[in-house]
Amino acid sequence: MSTTAAEVSAPNEWVRRIAGPIRGVINVLFSVALTFLGLTCVTFFIGRIIPIDPVLAIVGDKASRATYDRVANEIGVNLPLPVQYWRYLNKVLHADFGVSLITAHPVLEDMTRVFPATMELALLALFVGTVFGIPLGVVAATHRGRWQDQIIRFGSLLGYSMPVFWLGLVGLLLFYAKLGWVEGPGRLDVTYDDIVPTVTGLITVDSLIAGETDVFWNALSHLVLPASILGYLSLAYVARMTRSFMLGQLRQEYVLATLAKGLSPFRVVWVHALGNVWVQLVTVIALTFGSLLEGAVLTETVFAWPGLGLYMKNSLFNADLNAVLGGTMVIGVVYIFLNMLSDVIYPLVDPRARSRR
Amino acid sequence: MLNRRALMASGMVLPLTSAIPAAWAATPKDTVVFASQIDDLITFDPGECYEISAQIIVSDIYDRLVRYEAEDMTKLVGGVALSWEVSPDAKTYTFKLRPNQKFESGATVTADDMVFSLQRVVILDKTPAFLFTQLGWNKDNVKSLITAPDASTLKFTITENFAPSLVLNLMATVAASVVEKKVAMANEVNGDLGNTWLKTHSATSGPYRLISWKASELVSLEANPGYHLGAPHMKRVIVRHVPEPGTQRLMLEKGDIDIALSLLPDQLVPLAKDKDIKIESFPYSGTWYMPMNLSDERLKNPKVRLAMKYLVDYQGMVNTFLKGRFLVQQAFLPIGIFGAIPYNPYKLDVAKAKALLAEAGYPNGFELRLDVASISPQIDMAQSVQQTMGLAGIKVNIVSADAKQVIGIYRGRKHQMVLISWTPDYLDPHSNADTFAHNDDDSDGAKSHPLAWRNHWFIPDITAKMKAAAQEVDTAKRKAEYEVLQKQVTDDGPFIIMFQPANQVASRVNVHGYKPGIIEDLYFYRTITKT
Repeated sequence: MSTTAAEVSAPNEWVRRIAGPIRGVINVLFSVALTFLGLTCVTFFIGRIIPIDPVLAIVGDKASRATYDRVANEIGVNLPLPVQYWRYLNKVLHADFGVSLITAHPVLEDMTRVFPATMELALLALFVGTVFGIPLGVVAATHRGRWQDQIIRFGSLLGYSMPVFWLGLVGLLLFYAKLGWVEGPGRLDVTYDDIVPTVTGLITVDSLIAGETDVFWNALSHLVLPASILGYLSLAYVARMTRSFMLGQLRQEYVLATLAKGLSPFRVVWVHALGNVWVQLVTVIALTFGSLLEGAVLTETVFAWPGLGLYMKNSLFNADLNAVLGGTMVIGVVYIFLNMLSDVIYPLVDPRARSRR
Repeated sequence: MLNRRALMASGMVLPLTSAIPAAWAATPKDTVVFASQIDDLITFDPGECYEISAQIIVSDIYDRLVRYEAEDMTKLVGGVALSWEVSPDAKTYTFKLRPNQKFESGATVTADDMVFSLQRVVILDKTPAFLFTQLGWNKDNVKSLITAPDASTLKFTITENFAPSLVLNLMATVAASVVEKKVAMANEVNGDLGNTWLKTHSATSGPYRLISWKASELVSLEANPGYHLGAPHMKRVIVRHVPEPGTQRLMLEKGDIDIALSLLPDQLVPLAKDKDIKIESFPYSGTWYMPMNLSDERLKNPKVRLAMKYLVDYQGMVNTFLKGRFLVQQAFLPIGIFGAIPYNPYKLDVAKAKALLAEAGYPNGFELRLDVASISPQIDMAQSVQQTMGLAGIKVNIVSADAKQVIGIYRGRKHQMVLISWTPDYLDPHSNADTFAHNDDDSDGAKSHPLAWRNHWFIPDITAKMKAAAQEVDTAKRKAEYEVLQKQVTDDGPFIIMFQPANQVASRVNVHGYKPGIIEDLYFYRTITKT
């Protein structure tokens, strides 16, 4: 008795169908794992090469030799680098990112505090950057060489090259100290501190959840200026990129053809041409968001904003490796997430990517 | 249509700012808000903390065995203790505790709490432990040497010879704060005597208690109504971390903070004209100096060292860019510390320096590396030194780096010359003497690494004199011994001792009574009032 073809092929078919997604998941996991390994490795060794003594950062200049030696042993800085690295990896695999030397809190706990602060800032900045940056880029491209283009290009060049530190201080001087339109540095007035229970860590969101509109307005007023300044920087980048993508599209023959067929220039530019650069723009926006998360150190310093950038800078200058590695991991996760998100978004904005699936 | 939009958008650099109404900013009447740089905070445990910000804040949280109070910062009075007696051999100390002191939990302060608090400093063996271990206390003997014969009496014995004034000064440090034993032990993890918990909480009988600490953001304190000198006027004290001095200035002008602690001279000058702001200057106990490493053959030559002491424009710097913030003090004890003398034998004298260099065999000078932190005013001082030393042919190469990096180089004895500052650990001349005039073992494996050691200045004779001064029971004699030591270190030592700084504090005019003392553990929040 031989089995029928149908009986054989059914399980095969089933295996074949499931193998693809499984392979996909394995691939993703593998690349994520590899990315993390690389991240921890590079950060770890850079952290150990910088000429700052982590033991000194803990015990201070005046500690006795005995205390110094004891702490050096405790944190294991006398061990060979690969051994230290291995010990660290081992702990991370057990979900233990260690305790920050300078805040005395577990790194994960610190992250849940500082990351939302930066996130809140970055989200609003990204909003400002894209909502204003893309239209400006389009206008610059359609008016190439004319005064509109010159102004926009000059404005975005200015935003791109202006020291954010200076821009922040001038912004504070003008809008906070002189005009009084916005609240000053920090996330909240001290009188509003600790009123709203932490849910998401984004104070604007948490205050709305708690129904505390006073706190919401205060938080927003604190947020607007640093977010606008960061937003201006990302606007500058987004506008410049949009302009050059659009110039590429406007040179295409289909633009001429659709215009010749009698479509309105407005529709040609804003629907057809802009529609074709979305894929590239999604990448630019994702990258901008990534750099907003890690690159806000100076803004956070000027605005006394207790976010990830300030935390990482502080940790690095104190050779607080647990904290630096923890922060790097968070940024790594965000980048991987952004990458995946872009992959999801591409098919939505580009039919070709859809059909390839 | 497109054009109009473009114009509108490009004009709105700060697109959202106009949308939101801002409330009037002023701090509440019963709250004082500081802006400072507090990113050095790592712990609030008085048995562990040693960072500048922590010392300041913790000294406002806890009460200590004895202390100097704001009302007279030169007079040692009782804190937790009401009175004390020293045995004739100066080895046994008996303290009677002040009755009816309450911890924040409501419990009464007992001698047992004080015994526990002193013992745990030694047992924990964190940075401040050396303050007490020099008395001969260690992990094994501390339980028998510090005892509580009854609930209101504390008794301890020291095994080393020390002047009573020195021992009492050690009992006036933050390390001698009283923490509530029951609370600390209830939160003990792995035998840490409550250390982990006390890093972020308080168990205090002092003027304030810790409500919250958000690292690199803010510290919030609440008045303790049961404090033995009465509840402080300010119900809440908030210290905000504002890293950028320019931002601190704007917040002060605006009234969002009451006191700014990290302002630079170029911010203080314009602020002085503001009628809502006042600037006060308080003497501070730092010593700013340039150590020279004697492992360098040239610097080992006493004539070269002497020449270099004549190549700094001390008064010129104080009259110009350091105006109001520093005074010339070339002895290793800052004015205000017991035994300090105003001893300033050196001034800029290029001719004399050239002659000395010629005698030493360096008529054309030499090149020298100067490590310095890349911040003001250190870097400005270094540039002045570079210029004046250049007049005698000494080419100074300034190497600037992060302050922690400079300390690392200095501690590792890898420097030629450094520009750096030192502050005493407690209000006694021994604190500075023990480091500027102490090196009887110059080997790398030496038990302690005082400043003289860091510069290879091997001085067994002077070390012996320093130790004798620390043991001298007769206070007048002790004072005279420190005078001799100071002169000797300034004249022969590897240190070009230059300045003593002042603290400049800018505050709103309606804020009164903030008293920063000459060392960190003498800063008082409890005297602050507002009108």
